Amino acid sequence: MRYLPLTNTDRTAMLAKIGAATVDDLFVDVPEIARLDGPIRGLPMHAGEMAVERHMKKLAAKNMVAGEVPFFLGAGAYRHHVPASVDTIIQRGEFLTAYTPYQPEIAQGTLQMLFEFQTQVARLYGCAVANASLYDGSTACWEAVAMATRITRRSRAVLSGALHPHYAGVVKTMAKFTGDTIADALPAITPEPDLDSLIARIDDETACVVVQYPDILGRISDLSAVAAAAHAKGALLVVVNTEPVALGACKSPGEMGADIVVGEGQSLGVGLQFGGPYLGLFAVRDPKHVRQMPGRLCGETTDAEGKRGFVLTLSTREQHIRREKATSNICTNSGLCALAFSVHMTLLGERGLRELAAENHRLACIAADRLAQVAGVRLLNNAFFNEFTLILDGKPAREIVRDLADRGVLGGVSLGRLYPGVAGLEQALLIAVTETTTEEDIERLARELATSVAPSFQETV
Amino acid sequence: MNAPNQSGWKPAMVASEGAYNGPATTTGNRALMLEEPLLFEIGRVDVTGVDLPPVDAAAPSRLGNLARSEAIGLVGLTEPETVRHYTRLSRQNYGIDLGFFPLGSCTMKHNPRLNEKVARLPGFADIHPLQPVSTVQGALEVMNELAHWLITLTGMHGVAMSPKAGAHGELCGMLCIRAALEARGDAREVVLVPESAHGTNPATAAFANYRVENIPATPEGRVDLAALKARLGPDVAAVMITNPNTCGLFEADLREISDAVHAAGGYVYCDGANFNAIVGKVRPGDLGVDAMHINLHKTFSTPHGGGGPGSGPVVLSEALAPFGPMPFTARTADGVVHLVEEESAEEFGHTQAFGRMTAFHGQMGMFTRALTYILSHGADGLKQVAEDAVLNANYILRSMEDILHAPFADSGPCMHEALFGDKDFGGDLSTLDVAKGLIDEGYHPMTVYFPLVVHGAMLVEPTETESKAAIDQFITAFRAVVERALAGDEALKQAPYFAPRRRLDETAAARKPKLAYEG
Repeated sequence: MRYLPLTNTDRTAMLAKIGAATVDDLFVDVPEIARLDGPIRGLPMHAGEMAVERHMKKLAAKNMVAGEVPFFLGAGAYRHHVPASVDTIIQRGEFLTAYTPYQPEIAQGTLQMLFEFQTQVARLYGCAVANASLYDGSTACWEAVAMATRITRRSRAVLSGALHPHYAGVVKTMAKFTGDTIADALPAITPEPDLDSLIARIDDETACVVVQYPDILGRISDLSAVAAAAHAKGALLVVVNTEPVALGACKSPGEMGADIVVGEGQSLGVGLQFGGPYLGLFAVRDPKHVRQMPGRLCGETTDAEGKRGFVLTLSTREQHIRREKATSNICTNSGLCALAFSVHMTLLGERGLRELAAENHRLACIAADRLAQVAGVRLLNNAFFNEFTLILDGKPAREIVRDLADRGVLGGVSLGRLYPGVAGLEQALLIAVTETTTEEDIERLARELATSVAPSFQETV
Repeated sequence: MNAPNQSGWKPAMVASEGAYNGPATTTGNRALMLEEPLLFEIGRVDVTGVDLPPVDAAAPSRLGNLARSEAIGLVGLTEPETVRHYTRLSRQNYGIDLGFFPLGSCTMKHNPRLNEKVARLPGFADIHPLQPVSTVQGALEVMNELAHWLITLTGMHGVAMSPKAGAHGELCGMLCIRAALEARGDAREVVLVPESAHGTNPATAAFANYRVENIPATPEGRVDLAALKARLGPDVAAVMITNPNTCGLFEADLREISDAVHAAGGYVYCDGANFNAIVGKVRPGDLGVDAMHINLHKTFSTPHGGGGPGSGPVVLSEALAPFGPMPFTARTADGVVHLVEEESAEEFGHTQAFGRMTAFHGQMGMFTRALTYILSHGADGLKQVAEDAVLNANYILRSMEDILHAPFADSGPCMHEALFGDKDFGGDLSTLDVAKGLIDEGYHPMTVYFPLVVHGAMLVEPTETESKAAIDQFITAFRAVVERALAGDEALKQAPYFAPRRRLDETAAARKPKLAYEG
């Protein structure tokens, strides 16, 4: 077996040293009833690299690859070009096969990277401090709600109707067990988010109000008024961002008064990967809230010779010290994804991120204008960054998306997929456009949509 | 320039180490050991390593009044600078690829490169989680196939694939238990956790709104069965138990514990962090376990990545499986694999799911790697994995026990990790000093000060992917460092001498946290 270095001679010698006759003697504590008499049944025997690779390739080949077709899906996961150097760097064994930096003298690579990552995230979000990452955006969203309840000692969270439904689902699931009250809503299909009705839902018992920016329909709006209204009631504003590239062109959540900013970092460096592993980003605007943050934090210090170095710090918040009194049960973070994000961000820099954002927005504007020309298709958004909502006549958008897939176009995410069975949302289609989208892709989608949406009004091209 | 230090030690290279210190260099570098500034000290605002069209200020904008007016505060590097920055940083890290990494309870085994290759196939890496299910049948098959093998290997009934890491899996299991109890209208308040448990266990139970009560260990290092039985009652929702436990021992009474817990109306959560010791040899389902998370990044070799991402599927008993979270996969007779979510729950008879733990469907990138690992090893290979891991640990235990306190050495064979304590160390030397001494010898230290039930604990987990020669060399080095500790060699208090950094001042870091670059 190619992964097991011990030879039978080694095993015999080691058993002799131990004083055991056979390896089974080392398993004497396993009760008879639980001992298997041979290799587990139902699983094949070991296989060589070629055979395993053949099997896995066969499975991979059954999937429609995003990069090989016109592709317009977003809704919390975006397809961006990842520079080639990102993957070679994260595959260096010293990063790939390291563990959590509990021995900082021999983990300065990971620690310095995390310190740089925290700085990048904090600045992108317009915040003071970011942590070393969480699992993904949706779990980070829940952690933000939990943190807000700790800070305010209140137990009610108000969710914007335009928060990603999976994120809302995670928050509601967790709250069922903690006993917190979650006031959620469905998205209103309007050109602008209805912030007034959101503000009206904030009361004196509210720990936090959670708003997505850009929201699930791709809309963007100034959240300063929500921040002011929340603060007036003693509540915190949690802003959720699922597309960090947007912040290369748009005002940061911190600038608008968000107290906690969380998000999904997958857009930079990580790739689509069918939904995971992704990268939870978490930051606070006011450093006074640092000690209530969940997750790992990397801090600067000096070594015994006075040299600058980095360590994991403020660990008295964490489970391995606090046990049942910890701020969170989180043990791990998403270290390698944080590295991928940070390398990609380093390659972009201020200039590259702004250019990337501008290019996304430019193509999204072209797509929005072109698609809105299709008969039976209307653009919902007044403002957007790289994702917008189309309202389709006729068949539900979910059926249209299936039609498009049958014709080799991955044509967006239907709201019917995200909110199955909810009346009033079935005609809405989310379209995401990034720098990887070509104008030919947009033209192809326009034509296919024309065919699917209103066949009788088929465009002549 | 000398920062205050926890130990009050004044830094200096000591002659007794026999090290040639050499002259200071102008750069601070030492040949292959290169110092690297922070990104924010070398990057520039106007430099980028990605070629994109310049921003056209006159381009049409649909950003409303939201266009960013302030600088972000980022800096960039070109590709050659970027590669060099991170390559230099990487060289300040210890990884499995570099050497022996016996970190107890973390299972730092070799990460096969075929797994990495497979995970990067565009058919897995470049697909969106919300594509129509007809376009991702291969991905759903991977999830379904892995789910099947995890159930087969554990002898359980179902599996929740979506948890993102071990602790997330623990939470999933505990929420299943709470949901099951609520479904039968049984409000129980207490979860029993052995005092040797990993910190995530009590933290998870507390999060699931349970009161945590500790169960003592016997002098032999196992759960005190009598104490546990005495505590069982109508208020106990569950027992969280780790098997093999954190003392490196198999909980021989687990079947009896399970039966007692079940008889009292509770459930058994098993922390599967140490599954590597028994994979392919023992099925936890045969021991009466109701829920157990499996750290794919431990037993099934997905890379630890400097601290994540992990993946923590939870196998469930027949009693708990109906409460597992959405989504999951199901294959129908026509060969189609379905993604079962809220809307199709009824069709697939899964109406009692407790909710959703994460956006999308779980750690796909880890599923492909873990499945590749399982198929590579097969039934015979996995059994050998457990046997070699346990053999290696016992070999270390018996090669050290004559000079190092091994509190449970008389309890019989250990499983995949060997536990030692700091008894009889000379002077004021401690476990930490031994760990730092091992760094100078070229090793990543073992887990230290865990489990809490042993003073100055040292938990050594060699895994199965080490050769006998590598283990023998480690034993030689470990014995040498321990002998220095027993002899009270004060020089050890200043170790490591040869790492990229000397001991770091963690107290100062926490007292005045500096968590982002300023400037």
